Amino acid sequence: MTDFATYLKEERDQEWREELRKQIKNKERTSFERVKMPEQKPDIRNRNNLEVNQGLTEEQAVKEAQRCIDCPNPTCITGCPVNINIPKFVKKIEGGDFLGAAKVLKETNGLPAVCGRVCPQEVQCESQCFYTQKLKKPAVAIGNLERFAADYERNSGSISIPETDKPNGIKVAVIGSGPGGLAAAGDLAKYGYDVTVFEALHEIGGVLKYGIPEFRLPNEIVDVEIEILRKMGVKFIKNFVVGKTASLEDLKDEGFQAFFVASGAGLPRFMNIPGENYVGIFSSNEYLTRMNLMGAAKEEYDTPVLKGRNVAVIGGGNTAMDSVRTAKRLGADRAMIIYRRSLQEMPARVEEIHHAQEEGIEFLNLTNPLEYFADNKGRVNRMRVQKMELGEPDSSGRRRPVPLEGSEYDIDVDLVVVSVGVSPNPLIPEAVKGLDVTKWGTINVDPESMMSNIPGLFAGGDIVRGGATVILAMGDGRKAAAGMHKYIKHSIQKN
Amino acid sequence: MTKIVGKEQFSELVTLLEIDAPRIARQRKPGHFVIVKIGREGERIPLTISMADPEKGTISLVIQKVGVTSHKVTALNPGDELTDVVGPLGHATHIEKLGTILCAGGGVGIAPMLPIVQAMKEAGNRVISVLAARTKDLIILEEQVRAHSDEVIIMTDDGSYGQKGLVTQGMEEVIKREPVNQAITIGPAIMMKYAAALTKKYNLPTVASLNTIMVDGTGMCGACRVSVGGKTKFVCVDGPEFDAHEVDFDELLMRLGAYQDEERADYERYLKTIQ
Repeated sequence: MTDFATYLKEERDQEWREELRKQIKNKERTSFERVKMPEQKPDIRNRNNLEVNQGLTEEQAVKEAQRCIDCPNPTCITGCPVNINIPKFVKKIEGGDFLGAAKVLKETNGLPAVCGRVCPQEVQCESQCFYTQKLKKPAVAIGNLERFAADYERNSGSISIPETDKPNGIKVAVIGSGPGGLAAAGDLAKYGYDVTVFEALHEIGGVLKYGIPEFRLPNEIVDVEIEILRKMGVKFIKNFVVGKTASLEDLKDEGFQAFFVASGAGLPRFMNIPGENYVGIFSSNEYLTRMNLMGAAKEEYDTPVLKGRNVAVIGGGNTAMDSVRTAKRLGADRAMIIYRRSLQEMPARVEEIHHAQEEGIEFLNLTNPLEYFADNKGRVNRMRVQKMELGEPDSSGRRRPVPLEGSEYDIDVDLVVVSVGVSPNPLIPEAVKGLDVTKWGTINVDPESMMSNIPGLFAGGDIVRGGATVILAMGDGRKAAAGMHKYIKHSIQKN
Repeated sequence: MTKIVGKEQFSELVTLLEIDAPRIARQRKPGHFVIVKIGREGERIPLTISMADPEKGTISLVIQKVGVTSHKVTALNPGDELTDVVGPLGHATHIEKLGTILCAGGGVGIAPMLPIVQAMKEAGNRVISVLAARTKDLIILEEQVRAHSDEVIIMTDDGSYGQKGLVTQGMEEVIKREPVNQAITIGPAIMMKYAAALTKKYNLPTVASLNTIMVDGTGMCGACRVSVGGKTKFVCVDGPEFDAHEVDFDELLMRLGAYQDEERADYERYLKTIQ
């Protein structure tokens, strides 16, 4: 049996777990309906920026936790990129030890309040749940429970600070303060390193701050998690672009022994169709950054943003949903998703699509933009689209959209947000001589240690994956921290 | 926080700030810019670096008062702090010995032109600088440019200083007179558009340093995109300098005007609040 399996079994065999299992029969547990997450009403929330999901109450959380039958072989964990001991934290909730549940989460996940909100649990832990796999019933709401435990702890005023090893005085650098960087920083601090996180922007948090809107992830929650890292000894330096403000060599000279690059997927992609540079056409990165990071919609903030009555958002991912729902909240009459495949192929989370539909977002699926038109000041006022149909599956396994000849028509728009993906940020690959990068500009790393071809330089998240999720970036960060730890121990032994 | 250590008022509208930024001062090269933000609620604006003193650890920025943010920045005094400064960003100017270089700077564009003039001179080029502005008061850093130029031509729209006329007249005078190997132009987009049109006529390779609307300045948002040779480029990570003959200046001008109405209204509101 592997170490991890042994650990899980030992934990499961503890008396308190056995007691809880005896209290309710499995037959009864599996008869409970999944507790519905309380939400703001669609016609109210689409006019404010407050969180859509309101969080479970204590009673609801316990009720939901009771559904978990504490399987001998908890398959849910295999679906979690950071290997959270899921049954243990769920059973802590069932037993009413909410702070204990939060502590379990933090053993492997530095940002549980974030993950409980933005992880695609339906394709991760919850997809591997006994309920989904065997009973064909809605999974235990692991994500909602994670959020509950993290929120409970935060609101309790007694947040636990993870224990750290004795400081070893070795300086390590994390480049980028998004989810990958924060996860790595937390683990490196636990190992006892002197960790400095370098951030290019004026706020810590990366995509969690500039990308994901308040109604899905309030900034305040991210700040609390960052504060915990500070208390663990992690230093944060803002307004610092590694490769520009200082070179990697400069930082080595200043004593940094290893580096983790988590600089994200910096470059927004456009479709390169006529008229795409007209005024009023944004990348989703720009639109969301103006709103989330720069506070453009708030009176007291200086950054402007254009408002639209007829807003088209191009794309079908989570970022597209965030953009279109933001536009609706800013008062758009029509807020439209324009997506070239069908609803079925949409990469966004089912929950986000569902929320968007409830809020009155129009979905123009199987539709592709061809060209934009503008008024005499250059402001976009119309777009030409074409209908599509689905053909044979392409390399992604999804059916390829094929244009329907003669199906072109025009739509009035005064704001367009292009959300068709991102390319890796070029700054680090440009700044590090000899770094092995792919033809797409992502950094090649060893999948186990996350080390690049440059000794001591590790990387993870979107700069390696080219555009993935918060939790995958965090998983990379944790792996890289372990890889860095091993690398440094090894190089100290050698000398 | 970044401290302001020196200030010079060139005219009512134009101010030079010397700021304490040791890392940027060490790293910056001619052509680089920084992004500056003032106050928690401030916006991020790009400013091209004028000169730097690596030993003192300072850089200097020249700012023209045109809206809320530039007004706030120019109102600061030594001892005050800028909330955020990040850089140096963008690619540095390609400095090479080419022969004769014609440097055309307009208005506050003269400030970032100065380090290029200096570097081109140091690389062994003959450097002829044309400084242009609406009126005498707006001709800045003349003495410093002169110190590194073989010749300086001053042009003002109203004839209050130097010759009366546009920057292009000063440039054409040189091009007609002697062989020039490269032109570099920094200034208002409309000025660069005409400068580029002129040098194209003479097949004179020309570089333009573009200053667009930006948010992050590191390639993340695409606010600064501009068409160069029919392809979309990001000024922050692909530029800020491009082949002037390939830049779509009309598109650049259109995009620069994106927030014109909002900005004007905001500025008027702001001016009322500080009265």
